[in-house]
Amino acid sequence: MSPHIVLRVGAKLLIPVILLFGLYVQFHGEYSPGGGFQAGIIFSAALILYALIFGLETVQQAVPPAAVHALAALGALLYMSIGIWAMLAGGNFLEYKVLAADPHVGETAGIILIELGVGITVGAVVITLFYSFAGRARPKRGGD
Amino acid sequence: MALATVWIRNLFAATMLMGIFSLLAASLYVLLDAVDVALTEAAVGAGISIILMLGALVLTTSKEKVHDARHNLLALVVVLITGAALIYGTMDMPNFADPKAPAHQHVSPRYTQESVDEIGIPNMVTSVLASYRGLDTLGEVLVIFVAGVGVLLVLGAGGFQRRRRESGEEEE
Repeated sequence: MSPHIVLRVGAKLLIPVILLFGLYVQFHGEYSPGGGFQAGIIFSAALILYALIFGLETVQQAVPPAAVHALAALGALLYMSIGIWAMLAGGNFLEYKVLAADPHVGETAGIILIELGVGITVGAVVITLFYSFAGRARPKRGGD
Repeated sequence: MALATVWIRNLFAATMLMGIFSLLAASLYVLLDAVDVALTEAAVGAGISIILMLGALVLTTSKEKVHDARHNLLALVVVLITGAALIYGTMDMPNFADPKAPAHQHVSPRYTQESVDEIGIPNMVTSVLASYRGLDTLGEVLVIFVAGVGVLLVLGAGGFQRRRRESGEEEE
């Protein structure tokens, strides 16, 4: 605990802010730069920072790999189901304006939902990549 | 910066230089008013890809293998010809910020003038990405998902496997 105390305290201060900024970029993407891709990566960057400082096991207790794999599929599924929902509502695939009575509301809702799907998938896949690389590296170090 | 990245033999330093290069590129995009792209470049190029490369370096080695000094003349010729062709190709490109450039003639006027009325969202980049080009973005998401699945197949699920191995040992 005593070594890297600055890193630990600094990370504890930073990580909530990074998570919050990720959510801001996600849900404010219609008004300011940003969107699902960036938000997913910022969100996962916070978790990776946590893993770098507090160890992979700590993060995997909070965010288990199985849940991340499920989330990666869920995001893509959410995106496609919005498209199919638009088809069921009488429009073309991914034509959001039929989702609500007011086309603007429909477009906005569709965009927010698919951006959420993008964000979930991107964040989950990046965390999965990190878990895979870091999980491979560990047994070798333990064997030394 | 890019030249230094290519020249340097220590892969750890090369990775760091690439990160700095990405950060500089991101600031360049900000100067060009492409803030969305800059945000992506800063997050992906300077952040995540560097972390993943460091992970790969931990798995392999951080010293580049030095090949024999025998240079391949044919490769040099091919690279020079390709580079010359690319530079020749850029001569036909319209001038920077030329309003008559083809990119500003086709669908851009519609996007810039009507998207706020049509979609009701002030950020045009988002409405183009998510609504007009929704199918392309879906393709990108699927590519990312498939990439993640591919890495899982090649590298295994990381800690997941290890935990299974540990529990197996406990049973024995």
